[in-house]
Amino acid sequence: MSGPWFIRGAQVLGAGEPADLVVSDGVIADAGAGLAVPAGAQLVDASGLIALPGLVDLHTHLREPGREDAETVESGTLAAALGGYTAVFAMPNTEPAADTAGVVEQVWRLGAAAGYVDVVPVGAVTVGRRGETLAELGAMADSAAAVRVFSDDGDCVSDPLLMRRALEYVKAFDGVVAQHAQDPRLTEHAQMNEGALSGTLGLAGWPAVAEEAIIARDVLLAAHVGSRLHVCHVSTAGSVELIRWAKSKGWQVTAEVTPHHLLLTDQLVSSYDPAYKVNPPLRSETDVFALREGLADGTIDAVATDHAPHPVEDKDCEWSAAAFGMLGLQTALPAVQEAMVETGLLDWTGIADRLSVRPARIGRLLGHGRPLEAGAPANIVLYDPAASWVVDPAALASKSRNTPFAGRRLPGSVVATFLGGRPTVLDGKAA
Amino acid sequence: MKRHLLSAADLTRDDALLVLDTAEELAQLANRPIKKLPTLRGRTVVNLFFEDSTRTRISFEAAAKRLSADVINFSAKGSSVSKGESLKDTALTLEAMGADAVVVRHGSSGAPHRLAYSGWIRGSVLNAGDGTHEHPTQALLDAFTMRRHLGGSVDGRRITIVGDVLHSRVARSNVLLLATLGAEVTLVAPPTLLPVGVDGWPCSYTYDLDAALPKSDAVMMLRVQRERMQAAYFPSAREYSRRYGLDARRFRLLPEHAIVMHPGPMNRGMEIAAEVADSDRSVIVEQVTNGVSVRMAVLYLLLGGREPVEVNA
Repeated sequence: MSGPWFIRGAQVLGAGEPADLVVSDGVIADAGAGLAVPAGAQLVDASGLIALPGLVDLHTHLREPGREDAETVESGTLAAALGGYTAVFAMPNTEPAADTAGVVEQVWRLGAAAGYVDVVPVGAVTVGRRGETLAELGAMADSAAAVRVFSDDGDCVSDPLLMRRALEYVKAFDGVVAQHAQDPRLTEHAQMNEGALSGTLGLAGWPAVAEEAIIARDVLLAAHVGSRLHVCHVSTAGSVELIRWAKSKGWQVTAEVTPHHLLLTDQLVSSYDPAYKVNPPLRSETDVFALREGLADGTIDAVATDHAPHPVEDKDCEWSAAAFGMLGLQTALPAVQEAMVETGLLDWTGIADRLSVRPARIGRLLGHGRPLEAGAPANIVLYDPAASWVVDPAALASKSRNTPFAGRRLPGSVVATFLGGRPTVLDGKAA
Repeated sequence: MKRHLLSAADLTRDDALLVLDTAEELAQLANRPIKKLPTLRGRTVVNLFFEDSTRTRISFEAAAKRLSADVINFSAKGSSVSKGESLKDTALTLEAMGADAVVVRHGSSGAPHRLAYSGWIRGSVLNAGDGTHEHPTQALLDAFTMRRHLGGSVDGRRITIVGDVLHSRVARSNVLLLATLGAEVTLVAPPTLLPVGVDGWPCSYTYDLDAALPKSDAVMMLRVQRERMQAAYFPSAREYSRRYGLDARRFRLLPEHAIVMHPGPMNRGMEIAAEVADSDRSVIVEQVTNGVSVRMAVLYLLLGGREPVEVNA
């Protein structure tokens, strides 16, 4: 299957005349209209399909090691490939936490063995993600996994001094701290967005300020020490404002938003169905519109899935007993198409920028997010924007079923994914 | 009526009045030598209590028994729940035993919703208090009690509810039901104990109890847990009591006809002074009595319309 591939008639970045892509030896050998089919090449008919650089997810929970009942590197990365991804950043809240060179290398090797996407481990900022002492960030950076993104995701690095030191320290290897912005005291026992509905439903509120206060502090810290800061899963209008302000100052701040925060609101919680329980929580419609606007104008750099698998029993229960988190990898591009493309907020060039180019740049991932031109690594997704499908949780590749889109019709479908010149997905199925 | 009673908002004005009128009729039973009706003979009512609440459980138990239903009490303590059995497995067990109605008390807001809509059980679900969400039969018995003392209707009556509204399922259900029935509700609490979004509720609110009392036909004092001060909701039990407790001085601010209510259990000396709780204007004990009639009415209306399967049919 490694052999030259001829992708015929794809619309690159969804605009202009259909073009052919010749894939050979892991790279795009040639790109343009009316190319000759090389001898022995296998054909992919891409008429009506959009070609984008392979998607890059800055925020995936693969659960291995420790929670292989929820997801494994293999099942999670297959879901990623089926969703059009060619690289995912694996969050370190595993058991044990990915806070040493040993664990990040293990995850990295499991990813390479599975072969569906490039798995890029994220290292924990603090030992055991406990927020007390710095993990050996340099050892992780120097390991085979070459970690550049560090995060205690799932928990906030809430100690301001520790956060400052982490931001400073990772400069030595061009790292970035990806902050899960959540003030722990302001969100004790919190269950859903704090607003009119939390009061009526009797669920403890999760105020926007708990996120915004940490972001405000962190952008000031990043400016003070001249470091790169990345803000995970931004969920409120106020957060967008703060990041816009930080960027206007020229500070090195980047941010991501999840597909579910672009499409769903806290009104869904009135069903008490834990499928809608997520951290940060679903917010108001005003927040959703502000997030879309922030993504459209580039204030928010990237869409990241926060793919968070949980076994059935952790969702098939009462709200307060349920785990936080939603699947995301296989529904991300369709959800973003609905939220951003069909609303006219972003074209496909913009989608490629926010789901591939910028996340690759933030994570310092050189082989991904490159223009689909001759010489570039052949990381490609072919996407049919005219298709639509009804999400069936049981049909997803993840070991878990906790999608918030069960039964919902989403637009668009991934037809093929190429990783390093080799198809991981063909005809919408694992190749 | 809907098939389940999960929230006071499930009741239309007609539904609520039907429950109250039915309860009024059923209350007559209490004066008869034989206090039992055959209406729910052969039906099974399960009292599923994940939280301790002897008073609510025995109220539902008495109501179901007076309607001749078979009653199964299932409490979390000493059952498989304390060994970590999930809500789902407990529900499936009850379903396998054939419950026509499940009366559920649970510490997690929305647990009765999950029971009603997850397909685990087929019977009617009655919310007997869920987390900090709702307690609709408490609101019904409160409205029943108010009606009896305030001229047969709560329409246009001014009801003041005082205390920890934020954590109170009683307050939520009362606000919704009383608004449906046309009462003017005022909430009184320190700002820390009013939920975000209370502006959108069908009631008004104030931080000043002294100002609210003279304009009240009924005042309902909510239980305030002393532990709340550890989460900085108020500085001390003494300060709470001083600013928001119904003591003898404040009691005198009420109009002559006004009644004093409390859903129980009371913290005497905290939110209510003993002499107020025991005064002749206090209807707190009567609330308990009325609870049985109201719960009979709810069980009757939810289950009465559907016939049980005949064993030998």
